[in-house]
Amino acid sequence: MSLAAEPGIPVSAAQKKSVSPLIRFFSVENRYLPPLLITLILVAGQAKFGLLESFSRTALAIATSMALDLLLARLMFRKWPHLASAYITGISVGILLRSPVFWPYALCSALAITSKYAIRWHGRHLFNPSNFSISAMLLLIPEYVATLSIQWGNDIWPMLIVWVLGALITWRVKRFHITITYVLSFLMYSAILSMIVGDSFLAEVAPITGPMYQLFIFFMITDPRTTVKSVKWQCIVVFLVATMEMILRLADNVHAPFYALSIVGPIAMAIAIWLNSRKRQAVPAIATA
Amino acid sequence: MEQAVEPRRAVRIGVIAFFVALLAVPIVYKHYQRAAVEGLAKSGEASALARYGFYFQESSKASGIHFVHQAPILDSKLNHIMPQVASMGAAVSVVDFDRDGWEDIYVTNSKEGSRNALYRNLGNGTFQDVAAEVGLADVNLPGTGVSTGAVWGDYDNDGYEDVFLYKWGKPELFHNDGGKHFTRVTEKAGLPPWVNANTAVWFDYDRDGKLDLFLGGYYPENVNLWHLKTTKIMPDSFEYADNGGRKYLFHNLGDGRFEEVSQKLGINSRRWSLAAVAADLRGTGYPDLFVANDYGVSELYLNEEGKGFREAGKDAGVGFSPKSGMTASVGDVLNNGQFDVYVSNISEEGILVQGNNLWMPKPGTPQGTVHYENMANTFGVELGGWSFGAQFADLNNDGNLDLYVTNGNVSLDPHRSYWYDYSKVAGGHEAIISDAANWPPLRGRSLSGYQHKKVWINDGEGRFQEVAQMVGVKDVHDGRSVAMADFENRGALDVVVANQRGPLLLYKNTVAPGRHWIEFDLEGTRSNRSAIGAEVRAFWNGRQQLQQVTGGSGFCSQNERRIHFGLGNSNKVDRVEILWPSGAQQTLTAPRIDEIHKIKEPL
Repeated sequence: MSLAAEPGIPVSAAQKKSVSPLIRFFSVENRYLPPLLITLILVAGQAKFGLLESFSRTALAIATSMALDLLLARLMFRKWPHLASAYITGISVGILLRSPVFWPYALCSALAITSKYAIRWHGRHLFNPSNFSISAMLLLIPEYVATLSIQWGNDIWPMLIVWVLGALITWRVKRFHITITYVLSFLMYSAILSMIVGDSFLAEVAPITGPMYQLFIFFMITDPRTTVKSVKWQCIVVFLVATMEMILRLADNVHAPFYALSIVGPIAMAIAIWLNSRKRQAVPAIATA
Repeated sequence: MEQAVEPRRAVRIGVIAFFVALLAVPIVYKHYQRAAVEGLAKSGEASALARYGFYFQESSKASGIHFVHQAPILDSKLNHIMPQVASMGAAVSVVDFDRDGWEDIYVTNSKEGSRNALYRNLGNGTFQDVAAEVGLADVNLPGTGVSTGAVWGDYDNDGYEDVFLYKWGKPELFHNDGGKHFTRVTEKAGLPPWVNANTAVWFDYDRDGKLDLFLGGYYPENVNLWHLKTTKIMPDSFEYADNGGRKYLFHNLGDGRFEEVSQKLGINSRRWSLAAVAADLRGTGYPDLFVANDYGVSELYLNEEGKGFREAGKDAGVGFSPKSGMTASVGDVLNNGQFDVYVSNISEEGILVQGNNLWMPKPGTPQGTVHYENMANTFGVELGGWSFGAQFADLNNDGNLDLYVTNGNVSLDPHRSYWYDYSKVAGGHEAIISDAANWPPLRGRSLSGYQHKKVWINDGEGRFQEVAQMVGVKDVHDGRSVAMADFENRGALDVVVANQRGPLLLYKNTVAPGRHWIEFDLEGTRSNRSAIGAEVRAFWNGRQQLQQVTGGSGFCSQNERRIHFGLGNSNKVDRVEILWPSGAQQTLTAPRIDEIHKIKEPL
């Protein structure tokens, strides 16, 4: 779940040369924006609302994630990875996972990072790491884990701030179309669900007003590594995620968004990779011809 | 990384093997945990006595107790979520109302027209319901609301315990006329016309020798749950709600009248209170007040020498992480002469892990202040399901306070859960959650139902072990209120549990032979006659333990006033120090063990 390697706004070679690495670091490159936002949410949420019971579990998740990413990248590719991706994975696990004990945080982070290296096809990983590992933990050990379920207080401002900041940053990293497609799909499906099950529309919409969904919308479904390439297909895939989520919600599944992304995401990725590989094979053939 | 060199085959296989091993870790861990518990649960009484030092036998029917709680039926606008809204009201308190030396049981009922029961202890292991003959049965008349709990205290110091009955409705005070009859004195006392209360405690906050009363509201007091004007009666947040019932502090004027002084003394909150306990948490000599709130943080009201209260929950560390506080109990968990506070919350597998709180004072805080740390996880008492009532007591007489927690919210269809719909609305914004009309219908589904209870035994070194199944606590009713008492005057603490829409259970305790005990029955003279607030420290075999007489603790419950210490295999007690609410100190040197001592405050 990383925006780390996203090219983002193109920077010319001349521009790159003229700016010192230090200034470039503090200029808030695209790759640092999501980690910065999520860190901001974490710190502000903890200070104001007690988002976490303690920082130590989140720190454990981050440390495990980064250490394992370094180790596995070195082992498999003999390269040092950029750690922004592992940082977001760790911090996402640290925020989204709830457990009274420490070990699930380490295990969940380890599963997330290892999944990137173990489940690969044509050199790309299929699962969104933190989404995969959180889903796995919920399925395997529900006795020990749950997901984030707190609210942004009972006034509207914290929620609005997160929405605005999240929207601005996803816009800047060119992922806002994914976010807005998901939100509109969610609203539409809420109306449909309300008609099917007879609960009020507001009750169906209620989950999206909470922090868990906001983190899911801004940081999980927008992951460039586990989304398909074209804007059109990104929108179609995220619409399918929302569709799968609605089906799971109809079955009263509390973790519908996580499971929906775990199911639809890898299938979409696999199809995209397969189509790409076919295209690559076709190009030399045409050239030869 | 994506475009990097192709990894070696051996490395790739190694990484995949590591990944599979990681996936296997939780499965294997779970398997061994379950196997260990299942193996022990099959062992019987003899094994439990040998292993844990005690065993419970559920013996309500054999003891003549046939009480089944009836839940309230509220306004039809709440029909779609009735079992969830009407999920409280089963409460139990212990008192020796007729001063015959045997502890009796008072239990509340909550359907309009239903009757409360007062089980008089006949002293032979059986009980008889005498509520109707003493005038405490027919207290849920239509139009007056229904009972949610009762606390006992001798407010006029005549030697007999009076009872304050709190309700979702009109609170009532009954005067005990010599243990033979109760007279309703509500009007004279000056109690408010309607409070939707779920907690009350007697305590003498100003140490004037007369018991005062704290009453905590849940729903706002202008809401009549049988005649709703609006469905916007629900909390405005699952975690930060402040639209609940107000709090009351009734100062005892000494002539049967009470003056409401909460605002004047600094208690000004509209959180949704479910439990309260009073104890001197800072060694000031004055009882502080700890309030556990549903849909929010706990509150700690520090007593400023009886002249006022200062809410210091945040400063003390207990008012930060919002949860669903449902019990408040105090106990000296580490035998270090300090009270720890236990607060129960909600934990549901895979969905919501609030975890219960065991607030332990941090060492080294300046005199007169207190700062707590949540040690529930470290001590192993964090996950108790949808926990309600909890009480500390030395169940196996080993000299350490154990913990009994009852749980389970709404048990209906065991195969269908309301959790999805509940979590949907609970996470929503104020405008959504606060209107009952937005809450999805329950449709016969369970919400954390059929849960196994928790009996945690304390090893005295900072770890608790959960043994409920092994020691005979196997019920899965929707437990609410837990009270402890030595019903047979034999030095073993029995447990009585009130269940919502379920039977009143009496778990009779058998303690392994060779474990000693000592009990104290206190009577105040300068202090309030019930001795509520008196602290007793026992010193034996290089150990000490602090306990106090409470005027209500846990969830809608009150333990016996008598103080019980387990002594393990020690055959003597060095000394016992009593700090009376008046400030008087008394020391008993080497009191005889395995006895109940009646102690009167020196004049």
